Amino acid sequence: MTDTPLLKVSGVSKFYGSRIGCKDVSFELWPGEVLAIVGESGSGKTTLLNCLSTRLMPTTGSIEYRMRDGNFRDLYHMSEAERRFLMRTDWGFVHQNPADGLRMTVSAGANVGERLMAIGDRHYGNIRETASDWLTRVEISTDRIDDQPRAFSGGMRQRLQIARNLVTGPRLVFMDEPTGGLDVSVQARLLDLVRGLVNDLGLSAIVVTHDLAVARLLSHRMMVMKDGHVIEHGLTDRVLDDPREPYTQLLVSSILQV
Amino acid sequence: MTDLATYNFAYLDEQTKRMIRRAILKAIAIPGYQVPFASREMPMPYGWGTGGVQVTAAIIGPEDVLKVIDQGADDTTNAVSIRAFFQKVANVAVTTHTKDATIIQTRHRIPEQKLGAGQVLVYQVPIPEPLRFLEPRETETRKMHALEEYGLMHVKLYEDIARHGRISTTYAYPVKVAGRYVMDPSPTPKFDNPKMHMSEALQLFGAGREKRIYAVPPYTEVVSLDFEDHPFEIQKFEQPCALCGAQGVYLDEVVLDDKGGRMFVCSDTDHCEDRREHGHAGEMLAPNKEAAE
Repeated sequence: MTDTPLLKVSGVSKFYGSRIGCKDVSFELWPGEVLAIVGESGSGKTTLLNCLSTRLMPTTGSIEYRMRDGNFRDLYHMSEAERRFLMRTDWGFVHQNPADGLRMTVSAGANVGERLMAIGDRHYGNIRETASDWLTRVEISTDRIDDQPRAFSGGMRQRLQIARNLVTGPRLVFMDEPTGGLDVSVQARLLDLVRGLVNDLGLSAIVVTHDLAVARLLSHRMMVMKDGHVIEHGLTDRVLDDPREPYTQLLVSSILQV
Repeated sequence: MTDLATYNFAYLDEQTKRMIRRAILKAIAIPGYQVPFASREMPMPYGWGTGGVQVTAAIIGPEDVLKVIDQGADDTTNAVSIRAFFQKVANVAVTTHTKDATIIQTRHRIPEQKLGAGQVLVYQVPIPEPLRFLEPRETETRKMHALEEYGLMHVKLYEDIARHGRISTTYAYPVKVAGRYVMDPSPTPKFDNPKMHMSEALQLFGAGREKRIYAVPPYTEVVSLDFEDHPFEIQKFEQPCALCGAQGVYLDEVVLDDKGGRMFVCSDTDHCEDRREHGHAGEMLAPNKEAAE
């Protein structure tokens, strides 16, 4: 089974009128693999991520996902009900701004439990137990379970958002700048945590970032985007240590050294 | 009296009534589904039951007998005004006796006396969308209803238990109708939820400001949402009604003085009066009629 990819993307393009969002992107993602999409602002990273995660319909191209029964389904040929079900069970989406991915007015426990209740869990005790278990796993003390995310720091919110997404045991997680807006020490802890969780759970992930350090730490493979096109694609270490395209070389050399 | 102020029967013009009846028929066909309708301005402010009044106006006929209650009482401002309104514009018979009424318009309560076949209960609904306070986007809540994604409703109940140790929602308690749509039973106390289940009467809900009509047809399953380990419960009262001694009915607390004096009386005034006429007495009932006056 591991010989078959989890996600097959072929020829995905998204045009905003005559402007290009992303053009002719094709790749395959394998189970347990973390793929980073890097590039500067406006390079089409987020457009591509939204196309992949069914949040934005691509103009052309197909995206096929291997369901739990082993069959490939084209995401945009599924019914909306199936797509939404997939999104809240088998997938996760970690937003850059935790407020977009969390319900800020309900407690941390309910935030984590929401997906469980959405798939039919109706036992309060079990839901709470699972929620507190997940809070522990993302290093949030369980006595904060009844606090609203509004009372949490940025780093805690982001970890809560991750817990909320992972509670249903998804196989694929999309992350849009997961460390954006966090200070470096919190960033480091979060990256460590995410790396641990991805390894433990055997998740596949697609991480959009402009931070090459994040890509280096988390990802196995990376794609470099510029002006909507994928200009370089390869193993992370190879791309970062031996960039081929002039733009990638520029990008790598622009990293500030302390 | 001159004929200056002449209205069409039951205030609304026939085309409007027809439009509302269509919405009602659709609502009955899809129990619990909120049917949008072109709500009209009524000669009363929003929040006073403009939705309920429009539904009543659309279904009432000259031979109907109307009862209007507000919080269970027939004699409060809202009830009196709406009753007078229909007497004036439709010249229909009105009553306060639940069993004599063919149409009962209500705000907050379902009468204690069991409703029978042929009776219609019309609810005045302020906010028809049960998911509204958790999901502010109408496009999203409609989609959630369409795709039957009701996990969010349990998030609300979860929050109740997490904060208060039990489901503390006491009114507008969400129900699932006919195994499909989650519905807000308007601000009725959850005490009345079991009465909606398999009711012999037709139940119509009108929200004027929000422009929605929904319905529970007779003999329809209405199940209150809950958790396996925190099942749905209705309110329980420790003492009986202070006037008629009734037990197992919904009571209102009446503050008597500023020294903590209080009494609990039936919220359903008709039920209470009926019991007193039949000789039941609570501990605070004046010994005879003269003394009460």
